[in-house]
Amino acid sequence: MLEKALKGGQKYWSLLLGLAILSGIGFACFMLQLNQGLRITGMSRDVSWGFYIAQFTFLVGVAASAVMVVLPYYLHHVKEFGRITILGEFLAVSAVTMCLLFIVVDLGQPMRLLNVLLHPTPNSILFWDMVVLNGYLFLNAVIGWTVLSAERKEMPPPKWVKPLIYVSIPWAVSIHTVTAFLYAGLPGRHFWLTAIMAARFLASAFASGPSLLILLSFLIRKRTNFDPGTAAIEKLSKIVTYAMITSVFFLLLEVFTAFYSKIPGHMHGFIYQFAGYEGHAELVPFMWLSVILSVTALILLIPPQFRNNEKLLKIACITVFFGLYLEKGVGLVVTGFIPNVFDKVTPYIPTVPELAITLGVWATGFLIMAILYKVAIGVKEEIRA
Amino acid sequence: MEKDRREFLKIGGISVLGLSALPVFQALAQEKGPRYKPDPKALKGAQWAMIVDMKKCWEQQDKRQCRDCILACHKIHNVPDIPDQKREIKWIWLEEYKHAFPDQAHEYAPEKVKENPFMLLCNHCSNPPCVRVCPTKATFKRKPDGIVMMDFHRCIGCRYCMAGCPYGARSFNWGDPRPYLKPEDINMTYPTRRKGVVEKCTFCYERIDEGLQPACVEACKVKALIFGDITNPNSEVRKILSGHYSLRRKIELGTGPNVYYLI
Ligand code: SF4
Ligand code: SF4
Repeated sequence: MLEKALKGGQKYWSLLLGLAILSGIGFACFMLQLNQGLRITGMSRDVSWGFYIAQFTFLVGVAASAVMVVLPYYLHHVKEFGRITILGEFLAVSAVTMCLLFIVVDLGQPMRLLNVLLHPTPNSILFWDMVVLNGYLFLNAVIGWTVLSAERKEMPPPKWVKPLIYVSIPWAVSIHTVTAFLYAGLPGRHFWLTAIMAARFLASAFASGPSLLILLSFLIRKRTNFDPGTAAIEKLSKIVTYAMITSVFFLLLEVFTAFYSKIPGHMHGFIYQFAGYEGHAELVPFMWLSVILSVTALILLIPPQFRNNEKLLKIACITVFFGLYLEKGVGLVVTGFIPNVFDKVTPYIPTVPELAITLGVWATGFLIMAILYKVAIGVKEEIRA
Repeated sequence: MEKDRREFLKIGGISVLGLSALPVFQALAQEKGPRYKPDPKALKGAQWAMIVDMKKCWEQQDKRQCRDCILACHKIHNVPDIPDQKREIKWIWLEEYKHAFPDQAHEYAPEKVKENPFMLLCNHCSNPPCVRVCPTKATFKRKPDGIVMMDFHRCIGCRYCMAGCPYGARSFNWGDPRPYLKPEDINMTYPTRRKGVVEKCTFCYERIDEGLQPACVEACKVKALIFGDITNPNSEVRKILSGHYSLRRKIELGTGPNVYYLI
């Protein structure tokens, strides 16, 4: 099947080339980082995790969201999703790959990565995160590929994939729960120390992932002969709507607890994000933009006549994706370190090489996605012909 | 042909001999018991703890800007002197009252307390979150005496422990630390570190195991630092604690810090 990835028009090859160049630049900067150490980033003693881990956290959500097409299709026989489950699964594969790459580029000693397996430590959440992420990558790659091969031969998929598919559903929930536990179990980091973290993560994941999938579906419909189907997009947009409402609701719950209890540690993070704390306001514009985007998203999603309008739905999906990206991929991780354990503020601003490495990892992920989608769409077109 | 056969038999014979010797080797290799003998002088305790008598310390700070303990510790452990505050490495350091005790500091405290910095270091917690989160056991609680140890050679530099420690006791080597060491000052009996690993105070396990007090304790001329076994009711630390009111940092988090402050 892979040969399908080799047959493409000029646009396809330029896309791959563009992505390859970006990941090449990222790789060169990573070499610099290997040589110089993480001092080429903006991280510090006080803000010891930065942009890399934030991207990782956001992308785990995107990966987990594949379950939003797989679950309705396989458990509730929602036929409309039949055509796009493969898109969900391949999106998950590329998103998890990005997650793993972001962990690697964040390590001080990436060469020692295997120590996590040589000295397995079940009390560490990071150990479990490695286990569930790799498992999820494996599950989606195997399921996606096998189902697609069967589809190409116009045969039902082999029996042995069914159990794997059922396992992949709770597994998707597990990757984001475990990722939330990385944060939600640390004493002394008040902004993260909240039982609702995992639920919040899942809600925002089920909004951001499917909204990306909708945007990709529109793109595929425009550029190829494969139509993911209006019905599927409509169903997905409902999922995005409910998930987005839940996500905003959960965030407001946090705000209530912090500001009604008036416990300083719980308030400081939010104050830093939205008003600035002790003269530092690096995140304020981004967080307010996130609020504006999220509110716009809700206005465009909740009334059905807006949501069912394709143009407005596209805008809604963009606002959802970027609104949540700002909340989780920019704000959440850094704010956990501000103010720090001494109640002092050390601001964090990512450096150029750090951003280049980040972009490189995203480009690598999208490169993988472009190739996998090319294969999937090639198969779909072939069957139709 | 004949020669080949002889050669073969010879090799075969040697191999058989070798194989039959294997059990002997195994028996030798498997011999139970410690592979090295602990120093009989080694200090023994079930959970080491430290008392910092700030009154005595402040007197010296006032008198001669004393930093004896910090200098001794950082010299003996090859801690680099990195000027950039965002990237500095510190095992034992000074911090203002309101930052050392952010949960209990208040503005009406005595001027002396508000103005003079406290001596901070790793608390060698009884229930350390840094150990709980480390994915490689590079940081671990030593069984017999509760020292929270750091294996610089195993650490992968994920910095999860830094997020986990609520006391800011851990430093990461953002770059190569060696250029920040003066070659003539390097202590050849203690490892230097490379970039990408975390480090912190280890209560001088290497000195304790030889029967010596931690370097900071030894360096303090006025005995403002007192080291001992907190589980032993007859230890000096326990005697002092039963006679004075003391403070610990952030006890509400349940980490069980083992550094006590007297004011
Ligand atoms: S003070 Fe921090 S580094 Fe030291 S044992 Fe406690 S949690 Fe670990
Ligand atoms: S940085 Fe090193 S010591 Fe800290 S948690 Fe990671 S592997 Fe363990």
